Amino acid sequence: MRAFRPSFKRVVLALALWAGANAAAVADAPQRVVSMNLCTDQLAMLLAAPGQLISVSHLASDPLSSSMVDEAAAYPVNRGAAEQVFLMRPDLVLAGTYTAQASVDLLRGLGVTVVQVPPAESLADVARQMRQVGEALGRVAEGEAMAAAFEAATAQYPQAEAPATAAFYYPNGYTAGSGTLADEVLNLTGFRNIGADAGMTGGGILPLERLVIAQPQIIITSRPYPGASRSEEILVHPALRAVQDAAGKARMTDADWVCGTPHLLRAIAAMAEARAILAPAP
Amino acid sequence: MKGQVLWVFMTALVAALFAASLLVGPAGLGLAESLRALFTGQGDAVVLVMRDIRLPRAILGLLVGASLGLAGAAMQGFLRNPLAEPGLIGVSATAALGAVLALQTGVAALFALALPLSALAGAALSVVLILLLAGPRGGALALILAGIAISALAGAATSLVLNLSPNPFAAMEIVFWMMGSLADRSMTHVWLGAPFILGGMALLLSTGRGLDALTLGEDVAQTMGLNMNRLRLSIVFGTAAAIGAAVAVAGAVGFVGLVVPHLMRPLVGARPSRLLPAAALGGAAMVLAADVAVRVIAPDTDLKLGVLTALVGAPFFLHLIWRMRREEA
Repeated sequence: MRAFRPSFKRVVLALALWAGANAAAVADAPQRVVSMNLCTDQLAMLLAAPGQLISVSHLASDPLSSSMVDEAAAYPVNRGAAEQVFLMRPDLVLAGTYTAQASVDLLRGLGVTVVQVPPAESLADVARQMRQVGEALGRVAEGEAMAAAFEAATAQYPQAEAPATAAFYYPNGYTAGSGTLADEVLNLTGFRNIGADAGMTGGGILPLERLVIAQPQIIITSRPYPGASRSEEILVHPALRAVQDAAGKARMTDADWVCGTPHLLRAIAAMAEARAILAPAP
Repeated sequence: MKGQVLWVFMTALVAALFAASLLVGPAGLGLAESLRALFTGQGDAVVLVMRDIRLPRAILGLLVGASLGLAGAAMQGFLRNPLAEPGLIGVSATAALGAVLALQTGVAALFALALPLSALAGAALSVVLILLLAGPRGGALALILAGIAISALAGAATSLVLNLSPNPFAAMEIVFWMMGSLADRSMTHVWLGAPFILGGMALLLSTGRGLDALTLGEDVAQTMGLNMNRLRLSIVFGTAAAIGAAVAVAGAVGFVGLVVPHLMRPLVGARPSRLLPAAALGGAAMVLAADVAVRVIAPDTDLKLGVLTALVGAPFFLHLIWRMRREEA
């Protein structure tokens, strides 16, 4: 997109205005949008008008976190530092709510409009964010269409009668409890989350002993990063392996699980498929 | 305490703490249930917990503690310096650097023994450096200063390597390598570490007679037929093997080697040949107790072992310095 010169963009804009279609929205819409959060990166790439988005964060090109590595290759990358983002002369910055708060404050101080999108903690949050980003980009109709499609896709899963037990298990024994997007995906696809059963709200550490005793029917782990770490050794612990062998097929979360984007539907479909293979819970 | 009574008491203490290490855990299993699972292998998940999670943890606590206590006593005897301790003089730090290098370069993934061997090499390097910089005639100050320099250098190099790792979790593990933990170790780690730890400990225990002679001074010892070179090599390789392997599987647990020999000396006397096995038992008891305590204090978080040993050890270290100052004055 670097090839687009401002003059050319003005021509495009003029053409759009001349076309007369939702002229007001286009005139109000930001023209130089920078996203500095993995999840807003992906929503913006999906929703923005051609040329509207000028940079995404470096995480968008990390295959372990991003579902849109190929698309992200077309955009200049930022590392979320205020200085770098400001020099891109954005008229809108999309950011998360947890990370880079100092950068966000600095950008606001410099007069840049920043829209912060909180991490999705439920399926309802996902649809809400699609609309929020669509609105911020002046692409209300596109955002609404994406959210409606997402809601329709998740509504087709029937209420499970006998849920099977499942647990997430990540490096350092980290798991997702109730009140998380991952937990809701499990519930939607006919599973009961061991993490939530253990009384956990949000993310937390579930000692390996307790996971082994709970004997979930399916354990969902994460893909290891390159290079070694002691944190990830727990994922190849013989005791965990034994429970996984008893459970049958092991599953791994991937980039589709990370953000509330339409790619999450792929993760949901995969879990529904895994549930269909399992025998009903005793 | 005299003669046999002390040994019986120490052995019973270690056995009791070993049992406690097997019976304490976040899963909250019943006593009968856990013992039945451990010995008969009945009860699916409980067997997994007892044999694959708690047993390796208890065994490693025993081995790591024994090697730390023994190495501390041997170094104090050889250097004739009350402040010698693998953690304080940089042996654990360089062992950790060796282990981290083996893990991050991927060598440890190619062949499993690379991890303990590389940690052993790191530990050996610093023991040799310490002997060169602050040998038997170097005095306490030279020893501690050399130890601080080696620890700082090895710690910085370890942090650098972990920060440069492509793995986002690696940088978070700097604290593990500096503080040590036995959480979620498996039998793999036992098989990897035990041969080196036991071999190193056997070598160190064999130095008892030599260290006894050395208490009379180097010249007298040599006229008594002590082979200083052999003794030196045994200390270097024994310490490197025992500490290197212990750090490779459990990280650097500090202060055990300092505190335990000082606690045992009033009980068994200062003669190294009696102190060495007593320090091994004492070290095992201290690490097992610390490892039970971390699980009782914070069952759901991985509180590091070194936190507890330093809470006990660091004030003790200050007390030793205070006493030495008064003696010098």
